[in-house]
Amino acid sequence: MNKKTLSRSRWRRSSHYWNAAFHTANVLFMLALMVVTLYPVVNTIAISFNDGTDALRGGIHVWPRAFSLESYRGVLSDEYVFSAFFISVSRTLIQTVLNLVLTSMLAYTLSRREFILRKFITTVFVLTMYVNAGLIPNYLLISRTLGLGKSYWVYIIPTMLSCFNMIVIRTYILNLPDALVESARIDGAGEFRIFWQIIAPLCLPVLATVALFVAVGAWNSWFDTHLYNAGKPKLHSLQYLLKMKLATTQASTNAAMSSTAALSAKPTSTPITIRAAITVISALPIMLVYPFLQKYFVVGLSIGSVKG
Amino acid sequence: MRRAKASTGTALPDRLGLSKHSFWHTLWQQRQLAFMSVPMLLYILLFSYAPLWGWLTAFMDYKPAKPMFDNAWVGLANFRWLFSRAEFMLAIRNTFMMSIITLVFNTVSAITLAVLLNEITARKFKRTVQTVTYLPHFLSWVIVVGLAQNMFATDGIVNAVLLRLGLIQSPLFFLGEGRYFWWLVGLIHIWKEAGWNSIIYLSAMSSIDPALYEAAEMDGAGRFKRIWHITLPGIKSTFVVLLVMNIGMLIGGQGDGNFDIPYLMGQNLLMDWSQTIDIFVLKYGISKGQYGRATAAGIFKSVVAIVLLFSANRIAKRLDEPTLL
Repeated sequence: MNKKTLSRSRWRRSSHYWNAAFHTANVLFMLALMVVTLYPVVNTIAISFNDGTDALRGGIHVWPRAFSLESYRGVLSDEYVFSAFFISVSRTLIQTVLNLVLTSMLAYTLSRREFILRKFITTVFVLTMYVNAGLIPNYLLISRTLGLGKSYWVYIIPTMLSCFNMIVIRTYILNLPDALVESARIDGAGEFRIFWQIIAPLCLPVLATVALFVAVGAWNSWFDTHLYNAGKPKLHSLQYLLKMKLATTQASTNAAMSSTAALSAKPTSTPITIRAAITVISALPIMLVYPFLQKYFVVGLSIGSVKG
Repeated sequence: MRRAKASTGTALPDRLGLSKHSFWHTLWQQRQLAFMSVPMLLYILLFSYAPLWGWLTAFMDYKPAKPMFDNAWVGLANFRWLFSRAEFMLAIRNTFMMSIITLVFNTVSAITLAVLLNEITARKFKRTVQTVTYLPHFLSWVIVVGLAQNMFATDGIVNAVLLRLGLIQSPLFFLGEGRYFWWLVGLIHIWKEAGWNSIIYLSAMSSIDPALYEAAEMDGAGRFKRIWHITLPGIKSTFVVLLVMNIGMLIGGQGDGNFDIPYLMGQNLLMDWSQTIDIFVLKYGISKGQYGRATAAGIFKSVVAIVLLFSANRIAKRLDEPTLL
């Protein structure tokens, strides 16, 4: 009896140490993970605020060595940066609003169990998630048949609906009490009014999530510019501008190195620091907004995944 | 009856003499719902189904200047051309290798992170880690590839750390040697998505009954036993659903990293390792104007994707797990 309690308490104590060791290791791992996640971002910010010629020496980590705003001056003097910023902001806003209104309206109609076209329309939409015509047929449709290439419309029109988001919103609406819609109908409200004044306000949490996803996707997209508007610099988006800098930086670094060495007294910017500055500018809106929206997308993601 | 309210006066179907229970009668009663959804139906038919006509170009020697049916039919010549090209075979290999590496890396990193986060009891610290690790998900692939190029450059931090630790004698040329490419793509995915992908596993873990853990502790199960026997079985169905979904997408598409990273990071030098089916399609279709051949490659991709999806779904069914289809 005595022996048994002794061994038990020893076991308890060893498991206590074991636990403490695990917790310490776990916390250290998480700290390391945060450093690995943040380092590339912080490093880029530091380089963007550093003098260009000085940055070529390397060795900048989390703080600029020779502080300079020259790279930002250089970026902002690029003739297409402002139009790119305008394109990115405007397409993000328009695409988000349009997509949200149309997708949620469709989701409402497809959540009405009595709607006679419900099954047919739902099937047509769900199938699009599995069958994709592919890049070339889509390209031919959009640029040749519809003539949307080389225009701003290509950012708006092909992106007005999204099937996955529709299913997420529909699932959310299906979980609302049916009585809401029925009593509104008895009071004589039309379908659009029910959707707009009763259902939409109740869907705000899921709509916020979907808005975040659509907005981030719109802000981050570069491929549509690349495919349809590459030849029109006025229609380039911020991400596409950055993509072009990525392609040219590697080649021009050596040239910059030799040409700027002579002028080291003057503040300079080089392709590396300019690229860092554009990266910061194009990531800034998301990094500023994102921490405040965290609670929404966590909720929304669980809705979409569990029942989608 | 939960039908939409009929309009006042004589309804159109009555005047047309339609029966009260016919399709058109109901549709007329629900015309407001129809007005709110049929335009979207037409939209999706145009943008997602009409392009399927374009598949016919895979069987033609298609020149976009001519009207579609003025082009000569060539049967399966485009497909024969594709499969006789070593370049296309390499593209298939690269697509699958990168997808499989990414899938394994993503799944393992997400589950590991979720399990470890789940063991953290300090709420504030947990939230901070989550906020930080979700962040890269919101950065564009263009930005992420730019960051990766800086980190993996010969004078970048990765080489610096490896040199300092004495693991290598001279800097490795990560970005310029084909044998590193696939693994680099996988590592970049972990950096960008591990935190994000862990959300879904964490939410699955939060629905595990806490009584199970208490009972296990009472019975003397240690931390690892609890993780092994309670946490991991608790996320099994989530794991299977995601696996099915991801296997369906194994062949990739624009917008996921397995198009964007190789396209943005690959150079001509690395083409044998970096060119995927999508990049092949883009190169032959858009740049070289060989629409028929490029579309044939696209069809091959779509067919493989559907076969993968259905087989994965079948396996999930056999395992008695919830499926997608």
